[in-house]
Amino acid sequence: MSIEEKVTSIIVDQLGVEKDKVKPEASFVDDLGADSMDVVELVMAFEDNFSVQIPDQEENNIRTVQDAIDFIKENQKA
Amino acid sequence: MVSFKDQCIMVTGSSRGIGAAIAQYLSTLGARVAITYSSSKDSAERVFQELEGSGHLLLQMNVTQSKSVKEAFDKFMNHFGSLSALVNNAGVTKDGLLLRMKDEDFHSVLATNLFGCFYCSREAAKYMIKERKGSIINISSVVAQIGNPGQANYVASKAGIEGLTRSMANELAGRNIRVNAVAPGFIQTDMTEKLNEKQVHAITDRVPLKKLGTPQDVAETVAFLLNAKYITGQVISVNGGLAFR
Repeated sequence: MSIEEKVTSIIVDQLGVEKDKVKPEASFVDDLGADSMDVVELVMAFEDNFSVQIPDQEENNIRTVQDAIDFIKENQKA
Repeated sequence: MVSFKDQCIMVTGSSRGIGAAIAQYLSTLGARVAITYSSSKDSAERVFQELEGSGHLLLQMNVTQSKSVKEAFDKFMNHFGSLSALVNNAGVTKDGLLLRMKDEDFHSVLATNLFGCFYCSREAAKYMIKERKGSIINISSVVAQIGNPGQANYVASKAGIEGLTRSMANELAGRNIRVNAVAPGFIQTDMTEKLNEKQVHAITDRVPLKKLGTPQDVAETVAFLLNAKYITGQVISVNGGLAFR
């Protein structure tokens, strides 16, 4: 499974949204209906699944599906 | 009687007194219980041996250190596989009048009673959020409401716990996690056994029900709240009518 596919599947699981709504430019809060607690859970799920640490200041920059994919690609341990 | 079969519950600071009574009682209702202690290993082992049923867990955990808390929860999850409920009972006193209270005495009591409650709850919430259910009970004290001379640190910590309870209840309600507190009054424990008859009388004189409570009274209230599916963010007093409003 590619990072993109895995990220999408985590978002579908966590937010209970349709897969085709999870587009790269989709914002978690504005487009996918996430509240602040959902975003925290998403971040924790990314951390668990990709062995990355997402610092608090980064958390605020991860607003869209693509933001998450980019961060994980840059920071994932090989 | 409600059964706690298949429920896995951590009771912090359960090597004696109220914590031990809570752990013991929950085990008689069928729960699998983790006893935690910071330094009273022998006493914790005795409580552990007396639990009913099998599959319980004995854990050393220093609630003032988030790393120690995390490690203990890792062990808990490895052992039980799920966390149904957390009872934040670990607490200490270091009494002294305000003017004579040392920085260290204030810090250390807050560190165990309030920070410990926060660290353990945060860790528990991580697991409970995933399961979309859970219950956290924090042990407060009647003094959070009425204050007590010589206990500025303890009272502040318990009042803090009650605020923390309401805040966590709000945050976690959307994930089907309930957070409540139990505020005992004067309860027969090691602490009150040191008092002489006259001192006990002075206390019971202030209590409308004219007697001390027992650890079992507190344990039964905890068990009630663990099962009270529509109660969250509440502080339930178990104090014989002391300070009722």
